[in-house]
Amino acid sequence: MMQHSKIVRKKDLTFWQQLYIPEILRGMRLTISHIFQPKVTTHYPEEKFNPPPSFRGRPVLVEENGVERCVACGLCSRVCPSLAIEVQAAETELEKERYPVKFEINMVRCIFCGFCEEVCPEEAIVMSQEYELAFTSQEEAIFGKDKLLISAEKLHDRLEFLRKYR
Amino acid sequence: MDIWIAAIKIALFILTVLNVVVVLVWMERRVSAFIQDRVGPNRVGPYGLLQSIADVVKLLMKEDIVPKNATKPIHDLAPIISIGVALSTFAVVPFGDTIEIFGREIKLIIADVNVGILYLLAMTSLGVYGITLAGWSSNNKYSLLGSLRSAAQLISYELSMGLAIISVIMISGTLRLDQIVLQQATYIGGWLPAWNALLQPVAFLIFTVAAFAETNRLPFDLPEAEPELVGGYHTEYTGLKFGLFFLAEYANMITASAIITTLFLGGWHFPYLEYLGLSAFWTSLLQVGAFAMKVSFVLLFFIVIRWTLPRFRYDQLMDLGWKVLLPIALVNIVATGIVLVVIPYL
Repeated sequence: MMQHSKIVRKKDLTFWQQLYIPEILRGMRLTISHIFQPKVTTHYPEEKFNPPPSFRGRPVLVEENGVERCVACGLCSRVCPSLAIEVQAAETELEKERYPVKFEINMVRCIFCGFCEEVCPEEAIVMSQEYELAFTSQEEAIFGKDKLLISAEKLHDRLEFLRKYR
Repeated sequence: MDIWIAAIKIALFILTVLNVVVVLVWMERRVSAFIQDRVGPNRVGPYGLLQSIADVVKLLMKEDIVPKNATKPIHDLAPIISIGVALSTFAVVPFGDTIEIFGREIKLIIADVNVGILYLLAMTSLGVYGITLAGWSSNNKYSLLGSLRSAAQLISYELSMGLAIISVIMISGTLRLDQIVLQQATYIGGWLPAWNALLQPVAFLIFTVAAFAETNRLPFDLPEAEPELVGGYHTEYTGLKFGLFFLAEYANMITASAIITTLFLGGWHFPYLEYLGLSAFWTSLLQVGAFAMKVSFVLLFFIVIRWTLPRFRYDQLMDLGWKVLLPIALVNIVATGIVLVVIPYL
């Protein structure tokens, strides 16, 4: 059964309430008390929002020992619903044998769904905590490896979160 | 010489009102924000004080759009009527007693009319024309609805407003606003200021409610009613013409507060000031300050009420005006009359 809130009809009001004025004064006391209450606003450019690890900011590549974890399997680019990721693979002497020569994310297309992170077998692409993404041109919005590589220590919170909850 | 003094007074007054409107708009936005636990405009200038100026500059640079089917001359005329009426109403409100500058006694009132209250009532009724013509000439159903509501609302509340004023006139016995203030500058029983709000509390209440309706402020802002009427009578106005309506609205608010202060809150009367023994010049200045303080308190009251009460429905508005305020005002007049007749025999 749905819960119905009590309907107040005019005949239920006491004489004092029907006078209106005392009730208006009570209402004003409430409004005025709010003037002195602490404000909820974050003063954005000065004060920044610190996102929790569950936050999906811009996707980045995890860098470990100076080299990316990515093996250029291309799953992220395949799963990306907005076709924002482009990967070109090449061979390397390292143990992982393959690496991306070119890894580009078009930040104008990215919808921050986090599918790339979910699908990645190497945990090489994760969503970071960065959210300040503003561009003045389309070209500027295409992030290459130079902007995407972030060391694993800096992404510690997110990696830890993924290990725990996935 | 007198005409020059009058000209200076008018110039000073218009300058003051325009500046006060700027501060008032800022105050309204800041206080509204505070009431909603927000911060409000605080970027432009210290504490965001220059925000309104930035807004005005923006309005000035906007394109002036007149709808294709609008009646252009009337569409242009409406905001001028609104602002003209809003500014000229203030002319009879005394904002101080007299002040001596360079050996000349100057009355701190722009037009010392002997039927000041009648002038007030006449001017406030003229304000309807600005709104009605704006709504009609725009050729837009929302504008027309807003202006119709406005006309009905103003006419209904003017009655109870006038009757509330009558009970004040009955005890003061004069139509001169400066005389009414002077009579309030006395004390009942030697200590309680004889303000009309204390002598005529019912009239004070009725007048305040009616003033809210006359200035189209919440809870009686049906002419605008953003959610239902897209802004009402000024929907089709842009740029400077919209700015004029905006200015007129706030100027009306200031005038209404000044009238409430003059009629009921003792005008420029600063209680117990004469016991301090200051020179005449400083007394006058402090009295003007007291007037400004009282007006700002009433303005603050306007803003706080805006966030306390929800908008009335149209039938509720009419009910309140015709079935509640009008009878109470009439009964109040009769009661005042009886008291005035009985008092000499006591």
